[in-house]
Amino acid sequence: MNEWSKAISNFTTDGLGVSGTYSGHRGLQIEEPLLFERDSEGRCGVDLPEPPKARNRLGANARKGRIGLPGISEPEIVRHFTRLSQKNYAIDTGLYPLGSCTMKHNPRLNEKMARLPGFADIHPLQPVSTVQGALAVIDQLAHWLKVLTGMPAVAMSPAAGAHGELCGMMAIRAAHDAKGETRNKVLVAESAHGTNPATAAACGFTVEAVPANARGRVDLAAMKAQLGPDVAAVMLTNPNTCGLFETEIREIADAVHAAGAYFYCDGANFNAIVGRVRPADLGVDVMHINLHKTFSTPHGGGGPGAGPVVLAAALAPFAPLPWVVHGRNGFEVLEKAEGDAAQAFGRLKGFHGQMGMFVRALAYMMSHGADGLRQVASDAVLNANYILASLKDDMSAPFEGPCMHEALFDDRFLKDTGVTTLDMAKALIDEGFHPMTMYFPLVVHGALLIEPTETESKATLDRFIGVLKALAAEAKEGKVEKFRAAPTLTPRRRLDETGAARQPVLRWRRPEEPARDAAE
Amino acid sequence: MRYLPLTEVERRDMLAVIGVPTVDALFRDVPKAAWCSEPFDLPPHQGELQVERALAKLAAQNVPAGSVPSFLGAGVYRHHVPATVDHIIQRGEFMTSYTPYQPEVTQGTLQYLFEFQTQVALITGMDVANASMYDGASATAEAVMMANRVTRRARAVISGGLHPHYRETTATHAHFAGFTVEQFAPNPSADEDLAASIDDKTSCVVVQNPDFFGKVRDYSALAAAAHAKGALLVVVVNEIVSLGAVIPPGEMGADIVAAEGQSIGNPLTFGGPHVGLFATRDKYVRQMPGRLVGQTVDADGRRGWVLTLSTREQHIRREKATSNICTNAGLCALAFTIHMSLLGETGFVGLAELNHAHASILADKLAAVPGVKLLNDGFFNEFTLALPKPAAGVVEALVAKGVLAGVPVSRLYPDRPELANLLLVAATEINTEADMDEFAAKLQEVL
Repeated sequence: MNEWSKAISNFTTDGLGVSGTYSGHRGLQIEEPLLFERDSEGRCGVDLPEPPKARNRLGANARKGRIGLPGISEPEIVRHFTRLSQKNYAIDTGLYPLGSCTMKHNPRLNEKMARLPGFADIHPLQPVSTVQGALAVIDQLAHWLKVLTGMPAVAMSPAAGAHGELCGMMAIRAAHDAKGETRNKVLVAESAHGTNPATAAACGFTVEAVPANARGRVDLAAMKAQLGPDVAAVMLTNPNTCGLFETEIREIADAVHAAGAYFYCDGANFNAIVGRVRPADLGVDVMHINLHKTFSTPHGGGGPGAGPVVLAAALAPFAPLPWVVHGRNGFEVLEKAEGDAAQAFGRLKGFHGQMGMFVRALAYMMSHGADGLRQVASDAVLNANYILASLKDDMSAPFEGPCMHEALFDDRFLKDTGVTTLDMAKALIDEGFHPMTMYFPLVVHGALLIEPTETESKATLDRFIGVLKALAAEAKEGKVEKFRAAPTLTPRRRLDETGAARQPVLRWRRPEEPARDAAE
Repeated sequence: MRYLPLTEVERRDMLAVIGVPTVDALFRDVPKAAWCSEPFDLPPHQGELQVERALAKLAAQNVPAGSVPSFLGAGVYRHHVPATVDHIIQRGEFMTSYTPYQPEVTQGTLQYLFEFQTQVALITGMDVANASMYDGASATAEAVMMANRVTRRARAVISGGLHPHYRETTATHAHFAGFTVEQFAPNPSADEDLAASIDDKTSCVVVQNPDFFGKVRDYSALAAAAHAKGALLVVVVNEIVSLGAVIPPGEMGADIVAAEGQSIGNPLTFGGPHVGLFATRDKYVRQMPGRLVGQTVDADGRRGWVLTLSTREQHIRREKATSNICTNAGLCALAFTIHMSLLGETGFVGLAELNHAHASILADKLAAVPGVKLLNDGFFNEFTLALPKPAAGVVEALVAKGVLAGVPVSRLYPDRPELANLLLVAATEINTEADMDEFAAKLQEVL
C-alpha cells in the first residue's frame, strides 16, 4: 500500500469513513495524492525531440543515477494542480482580511501587461540599447514612488518588504560609517513586525525594544530616554501595527534626528495614507514599500514581492547597485560603485530588481492615477472604521478610534468563555471567510487584526460583520464545543502543528527509502 | 473607478454608522502640516485601454529575446515553458492567496510547496529543501550565513567561478553582518586551489557548478578537504537544467546548495522575479533560513500539510531568527513545480541532453570562426569564447545585425581588462541550427 492509499484508507477499507463517501472525496472537495504517488514509468508531460548528434563534453562529470522524478501526463498534471487550487482560499474567492498584509483585488490588466514579450522575454544583460523601454518602466515607477512619498531617491532592487528593510538598514549603517560614527544599537517599536528586529540583527546591530503607551502608540518619553550616541536608527511602522497613526510622529522624528540617528519607517501599512500623506513630511529618512501590498501585485501564495526603498538625501548616495540613470543616449545602468554611485553600499540580489512586479505596479498606479490613489486610502480607512464601529460593542477594541486601514481587537470579549482568538478564527473559516491576523501585534492580548482593504463592498463587510457578531454572541452563550471543533467544513480540519515540528517530514520519500541522519 | 466598489451613498451611510461627518475626519491623527488636501502632481486615473496602450508602447521599445537569435545566459536562461504552466499559476486560488498561515484553507499551496521541496531535494541530491528564496544570489548569501551558524566560524572562501552578482551580494552581507570573505579572482583558464585556503576558521567554501564561465567540475575532493577541516561545502547552481545531465551537488558531498530556479517554469523578465532554491542535509535543517512545509495529520487523522519549524523564523524569533526573510517566491516556485512535473524524469534528463547537444554544436561552429577560441571544453550549455577584440563591441555590432550574441564578461567585470575579450555564450533547446549558423556567419562578419 503506498502512502496515498494509506492516506485515504480511512475511507476505502471498511466502507464509509469520516468523509461519508466510498471514494474519500466529498462532492467538490476532492482528495489528491502527491505528484510522486501518481508516478508511472513511461509517462511524460512533454514531447521533446531527440537530441541532435553532438560531441558529449561532460565526460566523468555526467550524472549516473536516476533522479527519482515521477512521470506524469499533461492531463493528469492539469487536474492535479486544479484540484490543489480548489483547496485554497484566495482574494478571488472572498474577503481576506489578513491584517498588515493588504490583501486587495489584483487586477488582471497588470498580469496581461507583465506578460508582454517586451517585458517578460528580455534578458537582464542584453545591451542597454535594446531594453530602453524596460528601463523607462523602472524610471517611471521610481518617479511615482518618489512623488507619493515626497522622498528624493529610491532603491529599486529589493525583492520583498524584508529585503527592503535590509536595504534601508544597510544604507543607514553605510551613512554612519561614512561619517566615521560607530553606532551599534537600533531601537525597534515593541509592536513592530518580526522582520524589523531580524533585519537590524542581520545588519550587525543590537536591538532594543521601544515600549508602547496606553494609547497604542510609541512611548515618546521612553524612546527619548533610550536615544543616545550609540543609537543608529529607530524603526517604526506608521500607521502602526495596532492600525493607529502615530500622533507624535513629528516629535519622534525630531528626537531621532537630534540624537544623530535615522528614522526607518516600515511601509507595510502605506495603503492607509497613499496619496494623502507623504512620509517625507513626517520626518521619515527611509521606508520600504511593499508593491505587493499597496500597489496590488499578487501575493502569489507567499511571493514574489518587491520592496523598493525610498531614501532621504542623506542616505541616497548609499543606495545599492544597480542604479538606473538618465544618460546622454537614453537610460543607462550603473552596475559598479564608481562615478555618481561611488558610495553605493553593494548589491542585494542578481540583476536589476523585480521587473515583473514593476510593470504590474505601474499599471495599477496609472489605472488609479493621483486621484484614484487618494480614494484608495480613503476607502481603505473608511472600511476599517466601519468594521471597528460596527463590532466594538460585540468584540473588544483595546484602543480608542478612529483607526486607519485596519481594526484591532483583543480577546477581552472572550474572557471566561473558553473560546480563544484561534477558535474564533477557525469558526470564521467555516463561515467562508479567511481569518484576520491572529495574535499580532504582541502588545495586546489575543489580538485579532482586521484589514478589509478598499476593494471590498459594503455588502461583503455587512455579511462579515454579521457573522462576527453572531459568533461573538455564541461564544458568550457558552457554545465552546462548536468553536473548539472548528473548522469542520474544510478539506482538512485542524492540523497537528506540534507533531509536524517534533518529527519533521519535509519531503516525500519512496516508502522503502530510509531517512538519513536525523535533525540535530 | 473600476477597482473600488463603494458608492457615494454607501460611503455616507458608513460614515453615519461611524459617527463622523467626512472621511477626512477619520484622519484626524495626522499632523496638519503633513496633510495633503490636493492630489499630487501625477497623471489622473485612466481606463484599461489607455493604460494598455501606454505600457505596450514602452514594451515595444525593447528587443524581446525571442524576436532574434539569442544566446544570453550568465545566470538567466531562456527555455521553452509549456503553456500549462502559465495557465495554472494564473488561477486566482493560487495567485491571489498568501503565505499559508491558516492551513485548513491553504492545503493547495502547502501541498505544492511540499512537492517543490521534494523536487528540489531530488534534483540536487540533497536531503531537504525549503519553500524558496528570492533568487540565486540572495540564496547564496544566506547559505554562507547558515554555514557560519552551523560551524560557528566567520570566514568564507569564495571561488572566482561564482557569478559576480552572487559574489557581490555575499560580500555586501559580509560587510554588514561582520564576517569575512576571501574572494578568488575570476580566471576561466586555470583551476583554483581552494582547498589550500581552508583553515580552522573557515566556515565554508563556495563554488559554482557549472561555473560562471561554463566549466563543469566534480567537487568531491574539495568537499572532503573542507570536511577534514570542519568547514562546509556550498555548491551554487545557476542553470538548474544542468542537473539533468551532471553529477548533482549532493553526490559530491555538498552541505548546502543555493541555486537559481528560473530556468524551470519562469520567463527571463529582465532578471526578476525569479526563484531561489535552497537545500541542505537533514542534520542542518534547524539552521536553515526561510519557510518549510511539513507533513502532519488533521483532527480526523487524515494526512495534511503545515508550515513548520517556524521557531527559526522572524515572526517568532525576531532578532534571533535564522534570517529576516518573510515573503519569498511562492508563485515562481509553483511555476517551477508544474514545469518540473510535466518534465518528469524522462523530460528533465531529455531537456538537459538537448541543451548540451545544442551548446556542443554551437561551440564547434563558433570555434571554427577565424580568430575565435573556445576556452573551456567541459561545459553543459554555456561556454566562454576568447575573441580577437573586446567582446562588448562585438556584441553591439551583432545587435545591429539582429543577433543577441551572448554576455560580454566585461559587462560584469568592467574593471578586469584581462577578461575584456571574453564572451559568454549559452544555447538551450530553443536555439535552432539556423540560428546558430546565422550567429557564426555574422560573428565572422564583425570580427
